[in-house]
Amino acid sequence: MNDVAVIGGGVNGCALAYELAKKGVRVTVFEKGYLCSGATGRCGGGIRQQFDTEDNIRLAMESVKIFEKMEKELGYDIEYEQGGYLVLAHSDEENEKFKRNVELQRSMGLNAKFLEKDEIYALVPILDIEGAKAVGATFCQTDGHANPFRVTEAYAKNAEKLGVEIKTFTEVKEIKKGKTFEIITEKEKIKADVVVNAAGCYSKQIAEMVGVKLPNKLYRHEILATESLKPVLKPMIISFRDGIYFCQHKTGQIVGGIGNPDEPSGINASSSFWFLEFMAKTITRYIPAFKNLNVLRQWAGMYDVTPDARPILGKTNVKNFFVVCGFSGHGFMVAPITAKLMSELIVDGKTSIPIDGLSINRFKKGMLRKEGTVVG
Amino acid sequence: MNHETIICRCEDVTYQEVVDAVDEGYKTLDEIKRKLRCGMGPCQGRTCLRLIARIIREKTGKRLDEIKMPRTRPPEKPVPLGIFGGKDE
Repeated sequence: MNDVAVIGGGVNGCALAYELAKKGVRVTVFEKGYLCSGATGRCGGGIRQQFDTEDNIRLAMESVKIFEKMEKELGYDIEYEQGGYLVLAHSDEENEKFKRNVELQRSMGLNAKFLEKDEIYALVPILDIEGAKAVGATFCQTDGHANPFRVTEAYAKNAEKLGVEIKTFTEVKEIKKGKTFEIITEKEKIKADVVVNAAGCYSKQIAEMVGVKLPNKLYRHEILATESLKPVLKPMIISFRDGIYFCQHKTGQIVGGIGNPDEPSGINASSSFWFLEFMAKTITRYIPAFKNLNVLRQWAGMYDVTPDARPILGKTNVKNFFVVCGFSGHGFMVAPITAKLMSELIVDGKTSIPIDGLSINRFKKGMLRKEGTVVG
Repeated sequence: MNHETIICRCEDVTYQEVVDAVDEGYKTLDEIKRKLRCGMGPCQGRTCLRLIARIIREKTGKRLDEIKMPRTRPPEKPVPLGIFGGKDE
């Protein structure tokens, strides 16, 4: 194994660079802006294991194992907290579905549980269960959140210590495929034996440079942050029906977002008043006490969404061109395990946890099992 | 001014911390904002960003007009969530 070029300086690109370097590979990371300038730096930082497909649950559980040891391994305070995720159900139908999800999650060893209304109240007294129109919930204590900037920086700095070269403000303009690859930027041409496309919302364009077509579509998702408070909210609160998620970060601010079902596909990082108003109305319905809480900032980022809302990982029909994309809003939380598995695939040719189900080929076969628990 | 002088009052960031970040290779306001949280507090960088731009200029020789300001985030001033529609409506 010789030189690997990783395109994308988000959490997935930097984590992969670190894992590859640990295996003795020479890596160069190309990032068109600064590290985290794309979706990573715009995300809410949530780390959830409560999914409804086995692949996603397994990846998330393995990822959490790495997050739990990350501060020690990388020597960085990543502001990691395991306050749990409280997933609200709003109908009997949703309740039944959530109970089935919990059954699947528990069969895989995840400590998720179903909560009745009084148990929700005991867990989060500040939440207005009637206002939120919740009839039940699931909860998993080991879910949580971390600071995406810190995690990415921790990976990047440790990667650099192992010899990885990170080129920020360096846009890849063209990739030439011969016996090896040639990465062409504004400044230079660099040869690489292996190319990994971890370019987030630009992965479609990068894949097209070598003739690989990705089925991904981009959607804007908006988010806001409030002023900092004393700790009042332990778990991340989410609802698939309302499309809302919010939690309190270690630094005190409430951070959260809400999806717009009518959002058209396309790149758009601007903020809308529609979002601010809708988010304010919904979050104060969930937690009335927040009506006096000052909102400081709102911003937007892109979800790189696949037809089944699960990532695309692994080989492509172009030899030695790998993809790590299509995370559909969940790229941060699974980055640690994704990086580990991708480094195994690239260096050893096989992975310790099967990821064949996430290969790009699944779209040709039409064997899609859609992830049903997507939020925001 | 000394090394302990507060540059960002919202997030308690000192002159020395900014200098260290620039030395570490963070030479844009966007990067320093994400690393140190300068500009993420209630004042949205009204106080600190121009001061930090001057530190970047001193350390790197860049002209001030080459140092891009981070994108302004609405609502620009702190506004209570209830203004946009609380339960009373």
